[in-house]
Amino acid sequence: MTTTGEVILRVEGLSKSFPGRGRGHDVLAVDGVEFELAAGGSLGIVGESGSGKTTTARMLIGLERPTTGRILIEGVDHTTPARTARQWRERGRRIQIVFQDPYTSLDRHQTIGSCLSEAVSVHVRGRAGEVSDRVEELAALVGLDDRQLRAVPRALSGGQRQRVAIARALAAEPRILILDEAVSALDVSIQAQILNLLADIRERTGISYLFISHDLAVIRQITDDTLVMRHGRVVEHGPTPRVLDEPQHAYTRLLRSSVPRPGWTPESALAALSGADPTEDDA
Amino acid sequence: MTTPLLQVEALNIALPVDGELRTVLHDVSFSLEPGRTVGLVGESGSGKSMTARAVARLLPPGARVRGRLEFDGASIVDLRGEALRRYRAGDVSMIFQDPRSAINPVRRIGDFLTEALRINGGMSSRAAGARAVELLAEVGIADGARRLRQYPHELSGGLLQRVMIAATLAVRPRLILADEPTTALDVSTQAEVMAILGRLRAEYGMAMLFITHDLDLAAAVCDETIVMYAGSVVEQHRGASLHEDPLHPYTAALAQARPDIDRATRRLPAIPGYPTTAYEVPPGCAFAPRCPHAVAACTTQEPQLVPIGDGHSRCIRAEELRGRMLTGPSTTEGVA
Ligand SMILES: Nc1ncnc2c1ncn2[C@@H]1O[C@H](COP(=O)(O)OP(=O)(O)OP(=O)(O)O)[C@@H](O)[C@H]1O
Ligand SMILES: Nc1ncnc2c1ncn2[C@@H]1O[C@H](COP(=O)(O)OP(=O)(O)O)[C@@H](O)[C@H]1O
Ligand code: SF4
Ligand SMILES: [Mg+2]
Ligand SMILES: [Mg+2]
Repeated sequence: MTTTGEVILRVEGLSKSFPGRGRGHDVLAVDGVEFELAAGGSLGIVGESGSGKTTTARMLIGLERPTTGRILIEGVDHTTPARTARQWRERGRRIQIVFQDPYTSLDRHQTIGSCLSEAVSVHVRGRAGEVSDRVEELAALVGLDDRQLRAVPRALSGGQRQRVAIARALAAEPRILILDEAVSALDVSIQAQILNLLADIRERTGISYLFISHDLAVIRQITDDTLVMRHGRVVEHGPTPRVLDEPQHAYTRLLRSSVPRPGWTPESALAALSGADPTEDDA
Repeated sequence: MTTPLLQVEALNIALPVDGELRTVLHDVSFSLEPGRTVGLVGESGSGKSMTARAVARLLPPGARVRGRLEFDGASIVDLRGEALRRYRAGDVSMIFQDPRSAINPVRRIGDFLTEALRINGGMSSRAAGARAVELLAEVGIADGARRLRQYPHELSGGLLQRVMIAATLAVRPRLILADEPTTALDVSTQAEVMAILGRLRAEYGMAMLFITHDLDLAAAVCDETIVMYAGSVVEQHRGASLHEDPLHPYTAALAQARPDIDRATRRLPAIPGYPTTAYEVPPGCAFAPRCPHAVAACTTQEPQLVPIGDGHSRCIRAEELRGRMLTGPSTTEGVA
């Protein structure tokens, strides 16, 4: 789309293991993941729950320390979490994240306007007027009006709260935005509004997206390339239309045939499964 | 025509909100025959769960119910005592979106599954245990004996939802009320759970009221689909052509707003504004503020549900708009 070919994010041999419960084995949540994200590009990550998508995202924004591997953003090493407040701020200008349920990450008593001002002030050192100008600009960008800026999170709908979360993440003017199931819980009509908004923002600002979702139709709409994860590993990676139309890996084919569509029956989906390796839960 | 197992007629429900009774369901009517599946689709707050809870007699306290609700010819609202207990423990079963919130986390799967068999079925715990293993096998869980000893947190969401379905089978109800049973599951697990439900329906002749917000899933698995908006039925559609031949502008708008797995579009035709609840709707058509086809008459007269094509539509322009509500896809792929 609007990519220049410049690589903004490079991930090499990324792994994360968590200590197992009790005397259990360690859990290898992410296992040798590698990919590149082009500046201005949009990369989707799909995979079943527990496949390591969120853990990968958490390492990228420094909430989790990788067990092995390397994370490079604009050539700067982000592998180990930030040590100083200044480093944290600098990294915040490179990469931000929006989660599925913004409610839990918003302060219940703080108005939306003051929440956005706070996020802006971290990055804009200037007159009070500059901060409020920037808040207005962000509110306009995501479609929040004055009444909503004066409201507390409880008074907003799920879609409106998701706009707030996006505006707050954009306050730092990051080069990369990770969206982890950020539209999954929204109603269809509101989800479409947010997807259009995200497309507009990318076109206007040249921001790059890492878009995590289990919804293949959403992935088709919003990404250029797609990476399919299973049990912590990347099993397929390519341009989104190619991955969805001509899936190479049996697991991608299974995902594809599981999506309901005209003429689909659960049985036809499961027929595609036989021959593929069993998907039985490992729980 | 078979006599309906479930008959809902002009169902109106009001709930106390901020100390006032407010309408959340408005004149909902439909019927369900043995062995058939009726889908309820619509956005958040449209009244899908309220409809199912009214059928299950699980409404919140203070609810006011008007209209007719009949199961096998008897009024559900009038069930009392032993008859109510039998209805809830044997005739209908509810499956919820989040199995984890519907199961006691500190009891083993075995205790949960054998309870109904021992108490309602009068089985010994040994016989109940053996039957529980059989039930787990029926929903595709092979190592049932081991699962019975496990706790809910040791099972994935997909496995736990299968356990909930197995529990439903223990009583072999005549009607399953499934409230978004696969929304929290992966798409491949969803296919497995839907296949199990479909097989049980075919084998035991169970009827199912299936709630989902996924139009494609509803069209694929339901004999008839009901689309709800702001507490009212706006479309009733037999067969699988819901998204190809929508009868109501809201259904068409939902079908178009949803991204398409086969192609990206430059812009999704989003529906402006937000879904509303029944007690907030303006006079006239509830969908008018968001409807691309609204005309002056839409805000003055309340549309009635009228027969059209394979179903019914609550739109005064249904006839003239039929077949013209879906615009062709504008693809971007390969252009950029
Ligand atoms: N206990 C309650 N007290 C008051 N109002 C309620 C209560 N439960 C639900 N409502 C209201 O009733 C209306 C219908 O709710 P319902 O749960 O049936 O929606 P739904 O279609 O199932 O939505 P979703 O897709 O979010 O599950 C909504 O406006 C909701 O806010
Ligand atoms: N803090 C943690 N401690 C232990 N295990 C974890 C932790 N976070 C994630 N995991 C495990 O890592 C695996 C991958 O999880 P996650 O990245 O959340 O998957 P996804 O986002 O793809 O659903 C899962 O098996 C999960 O249970
Ligand atoms: S009655 Fe009017 S506003 Fe309502 S759905 Fe039909 S055209 Fe749209
Ligand atoms: Mg996750
Ligand atoms: Mg509901």
